[in-house]
Amino acid sequence: MITFDKVTKAFPGGAVAVDELSVELPTGQITVFVGPSGCGKTTSLRMINRTIEPSSGTISIDGEDVTSQDAALLRRRIGYVIQNAGLFPHRTIEDNIATVPMLNGVGKKQARQEAVQLLTRVGLDESMARRYPAQLSGGQQQRVGVARALAADPPVMLMDEPFSAVDPIVRDSLQKEFLRLQSELGKTIAFVTHDIDEAIKLGDNVAVLRVGGRLAQFGTPRDLLDNPADEFVADFVGRDRGFRALSFLTAEHLEVEPVSAYADRGRGVRLVLDDGGAPQGWAVNGDARLRALPSTFVAGDSLRLVTDLAITSPAGAAVRVDQHGVADGVVAHEAVARHLTAHRQQGQQGQQGQQGQQGRG
Amino acid sequence: MIDYVTANRSVILEALAQHVWLSLLPVLVGAALALPVGYLGVRYPRFYQPIVNLGGLIYSIPSLALFLMLPAVLGLQVLDPLNVVAALALYTFALLTRTVADALLSVQGQATQAAYALGYRPVRQLLGVELPMALPVMLAGLRVATVSNISLVSVSAFLGVTSLGSLFTRGLQLDFLEPIAVGIVLSVLLAAAADTCIVLLQRRLTPWARVSTR
Repeated sequence: MITFDKVTKAFPGGAVAVDELSVELPTGQITVFVGPSGCGKTTSLRMINRTIEPSSGTISIDGEDVTSQDAALLRRRIGYVIQNAGLFPHRTIEDNIATVPMLNGVGKKQARQEAVQLLTRVGLDESMARRYPAQLSGGQQQRVGVARALAADPPVMLMDEPFSAVDPIVRDSLQKEFLRLQSELGKTIAFVTHDIDEAIKLGDNVAVLRVGGRLAQFGTPRDLLDNPADEFVADFVGRDRGFRALSFLTAEHLEVEPVSAYADRGRGVRLVLDDGGAPQGWAVNGDARLRALPSTFVAGDSLRLVTDLAITSPAGAAVRVDQHGVADGVVAHEAVARHLTAHRQQGQQGQQGQQGQQGRG
Repeated sequence: MIDYVTANRSVILEALAQHVWLSLLPVLVGAALALPVGYLGVRYPRFYQPIVNLGGLIYSIPSLALFLMLPAVLGLQVLDPLNVVAALALYTFALLTRTVADALLSVQGQATQAAYALGYRPVRQLLGVELPMALPVMLAGLRVATVSNISLVSVSAFLGVTSLGSLFTRGLQLDFLEPIAVGIVLSVLLAAAADTCIVLLQRRLTPWARVSTR
């Protein structure tokens, strides 16, 4: 657990970057600091490993004040990933990854062997070990950056906008893989981003900071979307927060129509299946050319995906498949709307209980 | 010209040998001084401008004047070749301090920030991260300093210190072209050889700087 206790950082000249911040980052979870530029999120992160020293207040890791420890040794026990990876251009990939173990006195041979193992762990091929950073793409470099932070197996990791500098597709795959890795490793992670979508996607907890370094709200992503503390948070979370909140609901309890209801139609929009029952596309008004399905979903997918599929489909309906890819049901957008109405009524009844849970974070 | 070379082989070889050490020793001395002073300019930013100005000032002193002035300053005999070494070391120092400081400044960025955050201590970070990253720029400066020294040494002939420059003065005195031509050719060849050596050294030390960027 990382604890901020009334931490303030004022820079010479009087600018206050962080103002009396008190927050707890639970062990084994990802806590995201998010906010507009100038909200002190990066400063907060850097005070954890003392690359910036607080003006007042204390930061402790598992009860131990960070300022009571030797700064360099403290940093070697805290993984650190920055935007653009910040790899050493003059060292090979394996030596980049082996940095902290070698600082700690681990032999070169052993440190390199472990570095190569980490390469595969972050989804890169072992053949990259002897290359230099300039020979890798931005996304690959960022993976190496993560491997380097993991090399000494630190219990705590700091990540400063690690996925901001890559294109959206690469970012999405890096985020997914990061979550997979975290589910295996269970590190205590402090993560900084300016992107609220990323915060909601990755955070177990999210701390929203406002300009001047004051905490606006701390809670789970769901809390933020359902019950923004004030106008600033509501505004920052965005106008489509209702749609985003659908990510937290699954498609399990939706009304599903049988595939035959759409496949046997003579006219209008008809679902075309192949011999095995896998969906091929939509035939519109008997047109021979099929409209491709945007995608399909499985029972455990989010309501956000199903809603998106339903409203982008020419039939106004999303196709569900089983684990073999065989169509086993269709959900019309009207069914999604009915489901949401029912859910809202249920939610109003259960709101008392939900607010009781909010402080837990 | 062949006749001249065969007849004066020992004189030419002696001039060449003198030229080599008179030009290369100052490079080593100057570089050894420039490294810590250049680093000071980076470590303490308020020293940067004074250091750069000092370098510019030293480099603007005419070489002949410096050669004549140094014996008095250092208390050496006018004919002592150490005067030449000292003068050229000063020029190398002047040229390289700024290069060292700028090279070290140019590598400040995400990699050095990451090094600090990963737990490097200052000295190890300087030697293990910043210096190696700054090498390509510093070696480029070293090439300029070396070649310029090799050409400057000739001036020492005016002081009576032997170097390839002595072949020029002799040629002028005797109104005789061959020694001048031999001196120029050898001086240029020497500069090219020294430059090639540094390039090879650079390739060896900084393989990463030549990798194809995607």
